[in-house]
Amino acid sequence: MERKAIDLWVGIFVVLGVAALFGLAMKAGNLTSNNLGDTYTLTAAFENIGGLKRNAPVKSAGVVIGRVDNIKFDPTTYEAVVALKIDKRFQFSKDTNASILTAGLLGEQYLGIETGGESVNLKDGDKISHTQDAMVLEKLISKFMFNKASEGTGDGKTTTESEPKAKSRL
Amino acid sequence: MTNNIVEIDNLSFGYKTRMLHKGINMSFPRGKVVAIMGGSGSGKTTLLRLIGGQLRPTKGEVRVTGKVVHQQNRSGLYDLRRKMGMLFQRGALFSDLCVFDNVAFPIREHTDLPLSMIHDLVLMKLNAVGLRGAHKMMPAELSGGMARRVALARAVALDPDIIMYDEPFAGLDPISMSVICDLIRTLNDTLGATSIIVTHDVEETFSFADYVYFVANGVVAAEGTPDDLRNSDLPFVHQFVHGEKDGPVPFHYPAPDYRAELMGYKA
Amino acid sequence: MIDRLWRLGSGMRLFMLIIVSSGESFRRLHLTIREIYFTGVLSMQIILVSGFFVGMVLALQMFYVLRQFGSPDYTGVVLALSIIRELGPVVTALLFAGRAGTAITAEIGLMKANEELSAMEMMAVSPIARVVAPRFWAGVISMPILAVMFSMVGILGGYLVAVPMLGVDDGAFWSQMQAQVDFRFDILNSVIKSLVFGVACTMIALFEGFDAPPTAEGVSYATTRTVVTSSLAILGLDFILTSLMLTV
Repeated sequence: MERKAIDLWVGIFVVLGVAALFGLAMKAGNLTSNNLGDTYTLTAAFENIGGLKRNAPVKSAGVVIGRVDNIKFDPTTYEAVVALKIDKRFQFSKDTNASILTAGLLGEQYLGIETGGESVNLKDGDKISHTQDAMVLEKLISKFMFNKASEGTGDGKTTTESEPKAKSRL
Repeated sequence: MTNNIVEIDNLSFGYKTRMLHKGINMSFPRGKVVAIMGGSGSGKTTLLRLIGGQLRPTKGEVRVTGKVVHQQNRSGLYDLRRKMGMLFQRGALFSDLCVFDNVAFPIREHTDLPLSMIHDLVLMKLNAVGLRGAHKMMPAELSGGMARRVALARAVALDPDIIMYDEPFAGLDPISMSVICDLIRTLNDTLGATSIIVTHDVEETFSFADYVYFVANGVVAAEGTPDDLRNSDLPFVHQFVHGEKDGPVPFHYPAPDYRAELMGYKA
Repeated sequence: MIDRLWRLGSGMRLFMLIIVSSGESFRRLHLTIREIYFTGVLSMQIILVSGFFVGMVLALQMFYVLRQFGSPDYTGVVLALSIIRELGPVVTALLFAGRAGTAITAEIGLMKANEELSAMEMMAVSPIARVVAPRFWAGVISMPILAVMFSMVGILGGYLVAVPMLGVDDGAFWSQMQAQVDFRFDILNSVIKSLVFGVACTMIALFEGFDAPPTAEGVSYATTRTVVTSSLAILGLDFILTSLMLTV
């Protein structure tokens, strides 16, 4: 009789434990949103990836559509090659643009994808050719300082023209 | 095969600095009640542990049913121990189990008997020690004498060939003591077992033992039937049996000269 | 120092013996289940109540700090990450050492002092398989379950403080959390941590009990030592595990 009661309690204990784990995974964790199901792999080369890490989200229009699978350094081109796992449900055109963006001012970095206009879609293993590097704060600041300095020597008109140019090159 | 179920052959045991036993020879014939007596700290309990294989001898050997105990592997040792029952000094009942479960413990561990059979067996064993009515009690509720009787029922639960008793009379009132004496003798004879008793209670032991060994200073100082020993001229036996204060076992622990130590104190 | 090393060595020996004897004790599964009741089920109360309060206090503290930076919506994230990654496994293990660890040490120590272990050995029953191994596995199984419960209840407690009391947005609380808490890197690592703590805590408790001098004084001293050693081991292991998990 007593043994039955003990068995019952231990059963309840284990069920509660599993329920708590399930609750954590569903309610607090990203198991629901991270469940990518079938994926295909794309790669993209960047001159600078900034602080992008493995498992960082890949977003299109702000919606998570994949994860960064791994990041390698290519010793021949001196570029970082990022492999992305993208949900099979989402297809992107050949001239898709991939850029490394930051969530908020100081938040984590993620990979943003904007599809292009071509009708042919990227297949598994393809490489995204249009990429935009991460913004590096130091470079941004030095650029700004440089422009400030040139503003002092030249007239006001050239400065306002050169500023958007510099930004686009970043 | 000899008639001795347990044989101790030139056994030495001890630690680096102090040898407890120095070449002990004993033999325990089947069906007899044999007592090992000696003063406190003479290594009597250690002898039981050597027989049970819980300790390894430094030299010599212990043979149980012809097998050398310390040469057995784990399963061989456990096979030997299944033939032994041991009553520990403080009973050593499992305090989280009731009396019934304590006695049933060895039966459940070593047999696959059906529940009804275990039930009957346990009650028979408890009846033999007169405690069938207490089978639902917890060890904490038992008196010292009752606890020892339950422990005895547990020790004989599997009908062992050898029953070992470690100080079975220590701390018992006279009535409990004579009950235990009686039980040791009757259990031994009804089960056809061999009993080995370690004790320092002279009178009780002499009243029912078949043979007695005296252990002192790590050797067998004397041996014989109780009647032989009662009339023994050996000074040690005489001192022990009659409980004299001073004799071969000195009252004083070895110490430097008394006078010199008192006078030699320098502040 | 030599003594410490000796204890570590004989602790490892006991661990090996337990692993070897485990097959024997798994055949009597009810022994382990019984111990899960004593170590796990009976520790549930203290774990759940402490988890709830830790979550509430943490939410309160985090809310006021984060509000200064204008982002009180992050309360949920900070709460969940600190509880799942650190407080859940660590506080559970510390409470476990105090609640279940001491009980194990005292129980084994008293069984030894009462010659129960010797008696078992003389009945040809291995005390390691019959007494020690079931307690070991019960501890190892209970600890992660308790830690997960602690985390869940802690987050719920934090939610109750943050959302209805302090006015954090309900949706932001959960969605920010879900965006940041990763199942593998946070939740599974938390379970791994508590598994390791479970092994360490239970082993320390068992070893101290087994090693205790068979006297009342010896057992009480061993119980104290269980708490001290377990706590230090938990905090030390936590640092090692965290640094491994963050670098890999």
